[in-house]
Amino acid sequence: MDVMPKWAEVILVPLISLILAAILSALVILAIGEDPVAAVNLMVTGALGSTYGWGYTLYYATNFMFTGLAVAVAFHAGLFNIGGEGQAMLGGLGVALICLFIPWPHWSIALIAAVMASAVFGAAWAALPAYLQAKRGSHIVITTIMFNFIAAAVLNYMLVNVLRPPRSMDPSTARFPEAVHLPSLHDMLTPLGISFSKSAPANISLVIAIVACVLVWLLIWRTPLGLEIRSFGKSGRAARYAGIGSVRITMIAMLISGALAGAMAINNVMGEAERLVLNAVEGAGFIGIAVALMGRSHPFGVFLAAILFGFLYQGGAELALWTDIPRELIVVIQALVILFTGALDNMVRMPLERLFLAARKTGA
Amino acid sequence: MTLMQKFLGAAASLAMMAGAAAAEPALIFDLGGKFDKSFNEAAFTGAKRWADETGGKFLEIELQSEAQREQALRRFAESGANPVITTGFAFADPVNNVAGDYPDTKFVNIDGWLPEVPANVQLIGFQEHQGSYLVGMMAAMASKSGTVGFIGGMDIPLIRHFGCGFAQGVKAVNPDATVIANMTGTTPTAWNDPVKGSELTKAQIAQGADVVYAAAGGTGVGVLQTAADEGILSIGVDSNQNYLHSGKVLTSMLKRVDVAVYDSMKAGAGMETGGFTILGLAEEGVGYALDEHNAPLVSDEMKSKVDAAREAIISGDIEVVAYYANDSCPVLDF
Repeated sequence: MDVMPKWAEVILVPLISLILAAILSALVILAIGEDPVAAVNLMVTGALGSTYGWGYTLYYATNFMFTGLAVAVAFHAGLFNIGGEGQAMLGGLGVALICLFIPWPHWSIALIAAVMASAVFGAAWAALPAYLQAKRGSHIVITTIMFNFIAAAVLNYMLVNVLRPPRSMDPSTARFPEAVHLPSLHDMLTPLGISFSKSAPANISLVIAIVACVLVWLLIWRTPLGLEIRSFGKSGRAARYAGIGSVRITMIAMLISGALAGAMAINNVMGEAERLVLNAVEGAGFIGIAVALMGRSHPFGVFLAAILFGFLYQGGAELALWTDIPRELIVVIQALVILFTGALDNMVRMPLERLFLAARKTGA
Repeated sequence: MTLMQKFLGAAASLAMMAGAAAAEPALIFDLGGKFDKSFNEAAFTGAKRWADETGGKFLEIELQSEAQREQALRRFAESGANPVITTGFAFADPVNNVAGDYPDTKFVNIDGWLPEVPANVQLIGFQEHQGSYLVGMMAAMASKSGTVGFIGGMDIPLIRHFGCGFAQGVKAVNPDATVIANMTGTTPTAWNDPVKGSELTKAQIAQGADVVYAAAGGTGVGVLQTAADEGILSIGVDSNQNYLHSGKVLTSMLKRVDVAVYDSMKAGAGMETGGFTILGLAEEGVGYALDEHNAPLVSDEMKSKVDAAREAIISGDIEVVAYYANDSCPVLDF
């Protein structure tokens, strides 16, 4: 029996955590002599007050949806995939190769191919750690984090020595041809009569990310495979006793996880930068862990948490643009939110549970 | 409704803030951050000098994310900032992308390269290989073991360019000298990993190096520290780093990013754009640092030889091969 009603579990706990984080952040801002009310105002208007702000918020959110889902799927199988960073890097490489070397007639076909390429590259990068975990018991946390470094080295080699246009200083690929440029929200919404900022990077990948959320939900809760993944995650021994192969489930869960992380590249590489740069992923793989934790590994929770982190990123950028708050403190504010919603979850949950128990007793 | 009004009010005040900022120059620091003791900090020094001298104010931002490159360029351009100065080669492409939308704003990029430069963009580059050549000569003359070291930051062409010029300078003085070259890493953290810099320095000392040149941003702090602790000489980069360990830093390869930023801000909205500015030895855009901290280490003979080489490079008698010329170095393998 659940101690708390569902609404308290899903809404009240994260909300109280967020308020606590906000109070601490306000104290931090006060301590460096800035006005916290003005700062929050600036963050909210900057991130949510215009279609321009929404465009950036949703762009970051799209990245975090993919990596958050990747971590969530692995969590359900009891695996801690912290290699989302490397898998997304390789996904970017897949997208870049597809976009640069095949002359696509139309972006829609290129997008389908890019989704597949990025997913295959991401999944391939997750395959080896998954195999080592399944067959040899090498711990997935260690191997996936190692693979992040190897991915960085592979990408560096490819960009510096193979894909860099001659004479360019920047270790990045050339720009992708015009034909593979993805429509931005501006291009998509203008025909519907909705005006959306032209300079914002949010693009059609957002739709794909939302579709991915739905598909993951279907997979985990509406298919036999999802049941197997969840049972394996809850208790590997019981699952084996029920005839669920541990090697098979570990491999499948990690391949799906890697594919989701890799697919992030259609947003940041194909949709935004329109070229592959070394620093393309910039930590989204790690933010995905926080997003999955906060979203309780549920696709809808991941969706909401991704938007919250998108807001923090875009709001933080506005703070950096228009105030003297140094960027390190903006990272502190973001970290406080992660700390309260992810790591200190029980601090809020336990007293709340006690409160509800007490309320129930007096009611009964 | 009231909430919406609040939003609109705040948006309006933001717009007013932006309006008041018209015609101020803006400076965008790359991901390395403003206080990296090296490249970005040099840009900040130049801007600060301009602000102190003119009493003017400038807008600035330290980037946190790749997506912010275009965002910051557009926001500053829309707020009326002019010129908008960017540091680091990674900005060349975003500037190229954005410049056409803001024809009245001048954009400056330091270190970048573009096949075609838009009319309102100026690219400023430095002849780092020439400056590195000079400090390479000094390293070879100061070395007793005949082995010198090079420690780069992230393994990218720009850093190989530094190392290649350095090795050519070393070989010009002592053709039999050994140059050991190491890169700190392949991720952006290689710019800020003093511990690894320190380990690499120890490894190079074990191989006989007695002068090390660090072209590695914040990682160089660890290189200089270890070299000083182990009693060998080191060479700093970009900013003058001689003072960090007085009497133990042979010299610093200066890359006058501060001058480039200062000049751009001084020229203001009227600056000339549409091409490349290449700052080499002749323009004093690069050079070696000589001050009270390293004066005892630099003999008169050393100084006269290096100054002679400097003249010869300017006049064209000595040609220092750039790594970019054919993406390889004649005297050093990476």
